This record gives sequence, structure tokens and C-alpha cells, in this order.
Amino acid sequence: MSNATLKELSDRLAAGACSSVELAQDYINKINGLGKSLGCFITVDAERSLAQAKAADARRAAGNAGPLTGVPLAHKDIFCAEGWLTTCASRMLSNFVSPYDAHVVELCNAAGMVTLGKTNMDEFAMGSSNETSFFGPVRNPWNPDTVPGGSSGGSAAAVAARLAPAATGTDTGGSIRQPAALTGICGLKPTYGLVSRYGMIAFASSLDQAGPMARTAEDLGLLLNVMAGHDPRDSTSLERPAEDYNRSLAQPLKGLRIGLPREFFADGLSPDVRCAVDEAVAEYRKLGATVVDISLPNMELSVPVYYVLAPAEASSNLSRFDGVRYGHRAAEYTDLMDMYKRSRAEGFGAEVKRRILIGTYVLSHGYYDAYYIRAQKLRRLIARDFVEAFRQCDVIMGPTSPTTAFRLGEKSADPVQMYLSDIYTIAVNLAGLPGMSIPCGFDGGGLPVGLQIIGNYFDEARMLNAAHQYQLATDWHTKAPAVGQG
Amino acid sequence: MITYTASIFNGFFTLAMAIQLDDVRRAAHLARIAVDDAEAGAALAQLTRVFGLIEQMRAVDVSGIEPMAHAQDLMLRLRADEVTETNRRERFQAVAPEVESGLYLVPKVIE
Repeated sequence: MSNATLKELSDRLAAGACSSVELAQDYINKINGLGKSLGCFITVDAERSLAQAKAADARRAAGNAGPLTGVPLAHKDIFCAEGWLTTCASRMLSNFVSPYDAHVVELCNAAGMVTLGKTNMDEFAMGSSNETSFFGPVRNPWNPDTVPGGSSGGSAAAVAARLAPAATGTDTGGSIRQPAALTGICGLKPTYGLVSRYGMIAFASSLDQAGPMARTAEDLGLLLNVMAGHDPRDSTSLERPAEDYNRSLAQPLKGLRIGLPREFFADGLSPDVRCAVDEAVAEYRKLGATVVDISLPNMELSVPVYYVLAPAEASSNLSRFDGVRYGHRAAEYTDLMDMYKRSRAEGFGAEVKRRILIGTYVLSHGYYDAYYIRAQKLRRLIARDFVEAFRQCDVIMGPTSPTTAFRLGEKSADPVQMYLSDIYTIAVNLAGLPGMSIPCGFDGGGLPVGLQIIGNYFDEARMLNAAHQYQLATDWHTKAPAVGQG
Repeated sequence: MITYTASIFNGFFTLAMAIQLDDVRRAAHLARIAVDDAEAGAALAQLTRVFGLIEQMRAVDVSGIEPMAHAQDLMLRLRADEVTETNRRERFQAVAPEVESGLYLVPKVIE
């Protein structure tokens, strides 16, 4: 049963072939077994999950079920969920039981979906390997010696290992797409503003965006239909009419213009990844698409720009953790200043502190124009490159990540090496565009490769159409790691 | 000629802005994070690497470009002036480290 997609589970529940309680129990059993050894979850609360499942079954019996009523999913531990421990994978929040729901959680609950648990992640979503979690790393189900990517590493590994049919994630610089690529699943970061950030613990507010992670493009659309929507509590949430993101799935791809940015295929791209991506593009040609050579000349600057802007925003956002209203407070201190300093020194891990220091430095007197304002100007140049590119093509394709999954510990000593693993994803966040990753093959060692599809603003339906048509013609998305089979 | 001027300019800034141990201590103080000497030293080594990456930003001329603060050039909305939040003090204070009579307790700041 746990090998089924979201769509299949939805159909089975509708046909009465299984109950939501049976489904939830089945997944919880796997989470308590395999899930533990992979480190996918921070919190599992079977009682709470089963109560939700029971309510979903009752709702169905009463004839009020929606398409996803009774279907289980996992939430990244960055989303506040009422009554659930919500830690953001930090010691700072290791005792924080959320008194309210994030908008995304509210919407999933209202749809009747069942929360299977809260997934592990990089602390405060800062990382690309899921190694910065206070609760320990997540292991990649394809090879437990390698990382699942990050920061939504627990969500990605859980979906890949069939511990959940789908999960929520968040993406500030690639945190949905890169782990999706490294674990062989699908992940979509929507256009900035489509999904409310209310109750999603803030990292870099002008870049953070929540999105679905699942095994097929169709499932991403189903979940995005639930997650997206205006919310007045997030001042950046867009007021747009509701849409069915799966409305164009069946459309043939004939005439689709695919832009291939030269900069995505330059030095630093692993030959195995390149080969898989080239083959995917060849498949798209067979499906009737045409290929256009494009350029994103400022893309190279996206990593340095991001490592000014994101830490600057983070240093401001994370100032709320002061040991007064919630979170960790040091046991010993001399005065208020000392209490702040010790609580924060103890509560935050090394990478989070590093980014707070970078952010504080670039925002401080004398450096603000040279770093922060300059980075904002470059951000506009990067965004303009995309506007220019979309004059010549409908979607942009390339690798999601320069390499497949790397070994645990391989990049933890050098932050810059780690930061560069998001080289193909960061520019999309800076521009606020939608981006997704779908599996498109394997490297020589049997580790999955992700194909990135970048769309124009609000073009999620077209991206899902392109991904779905590819998945009708290929079977990469059906491949499961050995541990997830059966 | 322009390239020449730019490279001098870049060099000047790279030199002038190399991050020092005192900068790390100052930033840590501003960010209210306690660091001892060993931590400050380790942070300096890592931040020097990161700022090496960040300095690449100087390669491009940005004169005349408007800073972009946000992914969408949004206008802030005004909402109706009405009560939207109910009082949930007890729920919110249940997760606080120390409260008494509805107040958050901190060490004394005024003698």
C-alpha cells in the first residue's frame, strides 16, 4: 500500500478499498522502523495522527470528503502545527509545542489530510545536506552513507523511502529542489507569494516559499491545489483567483520551447548528471518540444548575492529568539544581556550562528551599501536575465544540482563548498520564479539525478504539464530505493 | 580605461574589507551571541572563506541599477481597522521560559 501515489491513495479511499486509519497505521509502522534508522522524522505522534484519520473516515462516511480527505502526509518541522512539537531542528525550539497552525497546515487539515509527523531538516532550514539538524543527520535511502540534501532532507528521504506519499517542504535557495533531486523524488517551489508564510518559521522572508514534495508531477499539483491560496496574515501573500494546477496535465508538448542556459552546463557539472540531463532533453525533443540556447549571464553571482541577502534577513528574523517568550533559555546568567547572549549561544548551532554573524556584519554601519545594497542591485540583474530568457522560451531546463548525493561529512568542513551545491537553484529564489525538480536518471553509483524545470511567474500548470508528459513517457519517477520496496 | 579603474577599486575594497577578529566579536555582540576566543577565531577563518566568495560581487558594475528588495514589486496592503486576533495569552505564555501573573519574567534591568 505504501508504494501508492497520492492520486492512487485518493482513488482507493474514494472506492472504499481502504480506510484512512488503516493507511495512517501502515505508514506509522514504517516510520517507526525504517524511518528511525534514516532519521527522517523529529516527531511522530501516532495518537494524534490516528485521531485525524478517524475523523477523516467519519467525514467520508458523512459524504463530505474532498480529493485528499484521509490521505496522509508529513510536514517539515519548520511549519507550526498546533499541539505538535515544532523545533525547526534547533535546540532553540526543542521544547516548543506550537500554540497555533501555519496556514499551510490549516489548509491541509481543512482538506482532511492526516499528519504523519514532523520531518527532520537542516537547523532553521540553513544547509544543503541535512547535517546541521540538532537531532542528527538524515540518511539518503539510496545509500545511507550519503546525504539526502537539504534543507528539506527529512521530507525528501521520507517520500523516497515510501514512509509518506507526500510531504511539505520549504525552499529559500533550493531546499525543496536539491533534496528532491538527491533522493529521486519530485519537488516544486511555487512562485513567491503563492503559498502563505504564516506559521512557517522565517529564515529569509523575501526568498522563503513553501511547496509540495511527492513522487509524481500529478501529486505535486494535487498538493499544491491545497497549499496555495491568499492569506491576509502574510503581507506578501498574493491575491489571485484559485486555480487547478493540474488542469493542463494532458496537453501534448508539441511546440513547447525549452531554454537551456549555457551557464548550467559549464564547468563544475558532474559528467553523470550532465549525461542524464542531456538524455532528458532528448526525450523532450521526441515529445515534440524544441530547444533554444539561452544565457543567464549573471547567474554565477547568485551564490555570493544570496550569501549576503539570506544571512542579512536571517539575522533580523532570528533576533526574536531571545529566551524570553519561547524557546531555549540558558540555565545560568548574570544579567539580561548575558541571558540573551548565552541563550542564543547555546540554542543555535554552528551554521546558524555563522549566518547570523555574516548577516549582522553586512548590515552593520559602514558595510551596508557595499554589501547589502550592492547585493540587492545584483539581484535585480539576475531577475532581469530571466525576463530576457523567457522572451525566447516557455520553460528553462537544466540540472538541479551539480552532483548527485555526496557523502556525509564530505562538505561540512568548508561552508563555501556546501553553498556551491545550490548554484543552479538559488537564482530562481532571487527572481521569485517557480522551479521544480523531477527524477531523470542515475549516476554510475546508482544515485538519482534531478532535472530542474524553471517556469515564468505563475506558470506552475505549464511546468507540471511538462513534467507529467515526461513521466508518461519515462519511468524514472517510479524507481524506489531497495529499502523502500515492499 | 574603465576596466583599469574598476580593478583598482576592487582591490582597494578587498583589502579594506578583509574581516578581522574584532569584526567577528563586534558582530557577535550586536547579534547577542556569546563567543569565546576559540570560537571567534574559528568563526573568523570560516567567515574569511565566505567573504572570499561574497567579494565576487565586485566584478559587476551596478551603477544605475535599482536595488531589488523583493521578488515581486508589491504594494503593501491596508486592511480594515477591525479586531482580528483574540486574546490567547495563556496559550502563548504556556511555552515561555518564565512567566508570572501574565507577565514574562527577565532579570532585573533597572535598579
